[in-house]
Amino acid sequence: MKHLTPLTLLACGSFNPITNMHMRLFELARDHFHQAGKYQVTEGIISPVNDKYGKQGLASAKHRLEMARLALETSEWIRVDPWESEQEQWSETVKVLRHHYKELLKSHCIRRLPGKNNWPIEKAAGASLASSLTVFPELKLLCGADVLKTFQIPNLWNEEHIQEIVTKFGLVCVSRAGSDPSQYISESELLCRYQHNIHLVKEWIPNEISATNIRCALRKGQSVKYLIPDSVISYIKEYNIYMEESERKNEGNLLQPLKQNSAMINLLNE
Amino acid sequence: MENSDHRTEVVLLACGSFNPITHMHLRLFELARDCLNETGKYKVVKGIISPVGDAYKKKGLISASHRVTMARLATESSDWVEVGDWESSQKEWQETIKVLRYHQQKLSHSYATNNVDKVAPLSKPGRKRKREAGGHLPVRQNQPNSETKGTPQLKLLCGTDILESFAVPNLWKPEDILEIVTNYGMVCITRTGNEAQKFIYESDILWSHKENVHLVEEWISNDISATKIRRALRRRQSVRYLVPDSVLTYIEKHKLYTAESEDQNTGVILAPLQRYAKEASKH
Repeated sequence: MKHLTPLTLLACGSFNPITNMHMRLFELARDHFHQAGKYQVTEGIISPVNDKYGKQGLASAKHRLEMARLALETSEWIRVDPWESEQEQWSETVKVLRHHYKELLKSHCIRRLPGKNNWPIEKAAGASLASSLTVFPELKLLCGADVLKTFQIPNLWNEEHIQEIVTKFGLVCVSRAGSDPSQYISESELLCRYQHNIHLVKEWIPNEISATNIRCALRKGQSVKYLIPDSVISYIKEYNIYMEESERKNEGNLLQPLKQNSAMINLLNE
Repeated sequence: MENSDHRTEVVLLACGSFNPITHMHLRLFELARDCLNETGKYKVVKGIISPVGDAYKKKGLISASHRVTMARLATESSDWVEVGDWESSQKEWQETIKVLRYHQQKLSHSYATNNVDKVAPLSKPGRKRKREAGGHLPVRQNQPNSETKGTPQLKLLCGTDILESFAVPNLWKPEDILEIVTNYGMVCITRTGNEAQKFIYESDILWSHKENVHLVEEWISNDISATKIRRALRRRQSVRYLVPDSVLTYIEKHKLYTAESEDQNTGVILAPLQRYAKEASKH
């Protein structure tokens, strides 16, 4: 029998609100890995971003978490995790990955070895560990292919963080039918170099249920049934979450990562 | 709107295989209702899903009893869309126009009965009745048309593919298309308005009755075709969140979509093509 590596998929984002598309990303990615036969996807984690992210129209994390929890009630393998949203500050995605990888190791009862080399991919490749019988779990960042594109936006991502994500964890990108995300990889030297850690998953049904469109429809009083779970629709109605007013929240605000990274660059320039 | 009585009540009917029903089918109804209600002229009161009968002979078509049950499960959470099984319980394949006639008749019956029971308040005398665009329609005897006060108007709900299929030889009878657009009307959900407008432009019948063909633009692309769903099921890929959970459970329980079921009706000519080709060759 082949040893399958246990794999946890982590999706970061606003989930404002969670839509059926978000859940589809997980289903597609899991099918992809199971067909490839190297991994056993054991868990999916949805990590809604912190309120301090400063995105326009971002409803409070409390609501976003609860909606995700409701949406995932019927899933036996995907869950929502509050850690990222509970932090005092906005956390870089790589920090969220580090946190969850730590948790993952704990739950797999693997004693952390001393030293720096505690990362799944390096471990698997490490000759010193080849004799080890333990299969180390892996954690990969699950995202839409549009995230690859955002890597190119100046100041949005820290270059070192991108590197850490693709070297120590790995990326799973679900691409829209008809689009070709490999172009974003070939445009970046870094992504190119680590493309063996970037898994491209093709979507076989176009799925463009963007949360922005959902909020827009809700404000107009249009139906979003069958695009997001019924339980989420009831919750939104009960708490009146998406209105003209809520959409203006953080208007004109600079996103937290842009603030932080550009501040750092200014500092360096000075 | 205080004077909502002026709005014409509309019932939407969707015909198709529903093999199986997907979230896309259900979205068509939601989009159409929003769009018609927003015009302020219409009030959509009901939606009917009418799965085609087994005699349609489409490749991979599984039995109507399963398709009807799945549609019922899928509409359980809807307070306005229901399943009509008249079409699927007929021995022979029924032309869409016959399904429309049946449901319109049923509607006016139930409306008449309701009216006697409720003694609905008469609308003000002399109130201008809404004239349906198109004016002098060929009104049939058995056709309770829009002028019959209060009876909801039945409209055919479909995707652009139906408009496109009007041009396929022997698939539709021209007189049926004419009757659909004159006596009923169509509501077409389109991905991009352009495409649908082109089909309307290219058909003389549709063009002359275009005010009875309502185009509804989709704001989220939605291409959950049942063909793709069946393919994924055969390959054991997840279709979760694309079809309702209750439908998925039913499919799994009855092992509905397999390689064998997909071979059903292979090489058999579609019922409408058979029928009309025969008629055409007689002439």
